[in-house]
Amino acid sequence: MANTVTLDTRGLSGPQPALQATHALRPLAGGTVEVFVDPGTARDNVTRIAERAGWRVTEEEQSDGSLRLILRK
Amino acid sequence: MPTRHNLLTSRWGPILTGIAVGVLAPVLVALGNPGNMGVCVACFSRDIAGALGLHRAAAVQYIRPEIVGFVLGSLAAALMFREFKPRNGSAPLVRFLLGMLSMIGALVFLGCPWRAYLRLSAGDGNAILGILGLAAGIGLGIVFLRMGFGLGRNRPAPRALGWVMPGVMIALLLLLLFAPQFGRNPDGTATGPIFFSAQGPGSQHAPILISLGIGLFVGFLAQRSRFCTVGAIRDLILLKDSHLFNGVLALLVAAFFTNLALGLFKPGFQGQPIAHTNALWNFGGMVLSGLAFTLAGGCPGRQLFLAGEGDGDAAIFALGAIVGAGISHTFNAASSPNGPAAFGPSMVIVGLSLCIVLGLTMREPQST
Repeated sequence: MANTVTLDTRGLSGPQPALQATHALRPLAGGTVEVFVDPGTARDNVTRIAERAGWRVTEEEQSDGSLRLILRK
Repeated sequence: MPTRHNLLTSRWGPILTGIAVGVLAPVLVALGNPGNMGVCVACFSRDIAGALGLHRAAAVQYIRPEIVGFVLGSLAAALMFREFKPRNGSAPLVRFLLGMLSMIGALVFLGCPWRAYLRLSAGDGNAILGILGLAAGIGLGIVFLRMGFGLGRNRPAPRALGWVMPGVMIALLLLLLFAPQFGRNPDGTATGPIFFSAQGPGSQHAPILISLGIGLFVGFLAQRSRFCTVGAIRDLILLKDSHLFNGVLALLVAAFFTNLALGLFKPGFQGQPIAHTNALWNFGGMVLSGLAFTLAGGCPGRQLFLAGEGDGDAAIFALGAIVGAGISHTFNAASSPNGPAAFGPSMVIVGLSLCIVLGLTMREPQST
């Protein structure tokens, strides 16, 4: 687990969360990335983009109602 | 997580929504809506603006229940699946302006992206220019997105805020049903505040309950599936993601066959319902519209669905659209079947200039 990258997309509306996730993942060959997202569209989009790029996605609900997605490859 | 494996949030969601719209929109035309206008958020916002007296074009005044249904259907889905999340604060004033500008562009073409696709599926060749313009506007928006354009983060808002836009829609529904006439003309006859067209497109509509029911159904589906006719093209180019685009393709195919079955498919450029043949401004109007929608993050339908799930910024965009539609007519910028209006082209150029300034100046604060 060389690199751990954190991205906070809470409060951003589409397409920003997916776009930022795409930019963050592109240079990485693997590792762990955590992305904070709002539930709903942002969660769906970031998950879809990450899974398509071969990342495994798990999620944890946060106390403020947002989600912490953990991306691993 | 019950919502994770829901059919409508899967890759089938936008496709099923597209099929539903593609079938039901021509059905609405068969039941009384204007030609190729089963659903058109721009035209319907314009009709609502007229019904509220925000413009004086007597032929386009009606409170369209489909719009009310879109918001309330989305609200129902959001409540049912625990996605009702009131929020606001992401550059609302800019979103209001973008809503206005998107309508000015759309009414030069004579339709929002939804109607552009529906017009194409009914054989209206002029829609090809509109869709090309839409794609060009989205492409321009993507350039700004790649340069760092952003409208900033929203913040969670009190639950009551999320109910304001549904409340506005219920008020519109009541105004449709009761059509109060508080005003008096000089000759003593009753008039306003609600105006309905006696002839023209505003007088053509499917039965209220059917329009409302279809609006609710589409609003429900679209909230779940995140259906967006602008995000479709944007995500395809920006993220190489065809998730939403499949929904637009499904809409086109379903609407084509439904129009064929209902005898509404008439290929050609001349004499198409509520359309003009000026290629340049069919294209140009939608460049402005596509750019404004892309900067605001979604098509006008999507803004209504977001408003239903509590997004106050999307609601502001939708209200800006109604005001913009009114202005479009009072400034003599909205096209007619005869062609662009006197001030349509210049308003599009002004609108594009404003959008380009916004695209270059609104920046996402560094967050990563």
